[in-house]
Amino acid sequence: MRTRQGGWIVFTTFIAAFVLTIVPMPDWIVLLRPEWAALVLIYWCMALPQRIGVGIGWITGLFVDVLRDGLLGQHALAFGFIAYVTLHLHRRVRVFPIWQQAASVLILIILEQMLILWVKGISGQSPQSWTYWLPSATSMLIWPPVFILLRKIRRYYRIT
Amino acid sequence: MLTLLSVAMMVLDHRENHMDSIRSFLSVIVYPIQSLVNLPRESGYWLSENITTRQALQEENTSLHAQGLLMKFRLQKLETLKAENSRLRQLLDSSSKVEERVIIAELLSVDMAPFSRRVILNKGSLDGVYVGQAILDADGILGQIVRVNPITSTAMLITDPSHALPVAVNRNSLRAIALGTAKSNRLKISHIPNNADIKVGDLLITSGLGGRFPAGYPVAIISEIKRNPDLPFAVIYAEPIGNLESSREVLIAWTAPEANSTPVALSSDPTTAEQDE
Repeated sequence: MRTRQGGWIVFTTFIAAFVLTIVPMPDWIVLLRPEWAALVLIYWCMALPQRIGVGIGWITGLFVDVLRDGLLGQHALAFGFIAYVTLHLHRRVRVFPIWQQAASVLILIILEQMLILWVKGISGQSPQSWTYWLPSATSMLIWPPVFILLRKIRRYYRIT
Repeated sequence: MLTLLSVAMMVLDHRENHMDSIRSFLSVIVYPIQSLVNLPRESGYWLSENITTRQALQEENTSLHAQGLLMKFRLQKLETLKAENSRLRQLLDSSSKVEERVIIAELLSVDMAPFSRRVILNKGSLDGVYVGQAILDADGILGQIVRVNPITSTAMLITDPSHALPVAVNRNSLRAIALGTAKSNRLKISHIPNNADIKVGDLLITSGLGGRFPAGYPVAIISEIKRNPDLPFAVIYAEPIGNLESSREVLIAWTAPEANSTPVALSSDPTTAEQDE
């Protein structure tokens, strides 16, 4: 009963992340948009490594691809990869102080963007400017509030 | 498991055309998310439409009436001009296109990938939309349909960096290509020689070459010309006329095939222009 309920909460946070991924923003702020779905995925991989894994990450990435109209599979690959890395590191990262966690999130998102950059480069649509990397930085900066909020949610609903 | 998934995905990636059915299936699933994002704006419009005073409505009604009258007056002239035009064309033995059919679609206000200019429309293959159709608004060309799903479709705006549009200068029908720059108010006009007859303020219209876009619709106005004798071509920028960023409703046009054998009477028949919705 409880696990079922927990599943719905996790699902809802992913939906919220998707909404934030495509919500319209003014031009100058669009480039700063954090990788919401990746952040939520990293959190759940760390908090519930026995339930959220590469498969969920892959499906999440697939949805991001459809939402952003990218080449189908590029985010799926990248998200599966960061889920994998997070699962490997979750014991260590979980006990880090929050800024150190943010630093590891920065590295994870940079890895994700690097993978997508490769796919984009292969398919011949590589972005022309360094602003491509801004989401990594903003994701790092937004990590502490996201982490605290999601932890509150998890403790409130006692998702294990 | 990870490697298996990745390999499977890469294979599917490369065969993009095999993925269309999966993509359109997924697009139907994400449609609720997209409409959820669209909801605040939609309800904003709904509120502002419903909470208007009677006086404001009356004023709007009067101005629309005046506008309608003006339009009708212009249309009268247009009909005679059109008949004359097709008669002249027949004398010259050249073919003319019959009028285009359009439907109105609404934009879903969602953001896509940051380095492209694409929008989602709420009409899809169920409404008969197909890839390659031109979309326009009241002022000019906006872009073209690049992907069709059952209930939505994706359009690439003319400012997308991977978009090129064949245009002609309205004043002297000098042909050119307008490239997108990813900036919402800028098109780059490429391969125009330094000594070409083009100046700031010139209107660019679609030339109809390439067959995708109907000919003769306004596209942009030349905003900047730099003639550098060192370079083989002039550096020219233009500002799009269509409201690329602020349109809420757009028109999707069906370009009719070349009407070689169409009698003159038919092409001047006003009922060929059909409007849904």
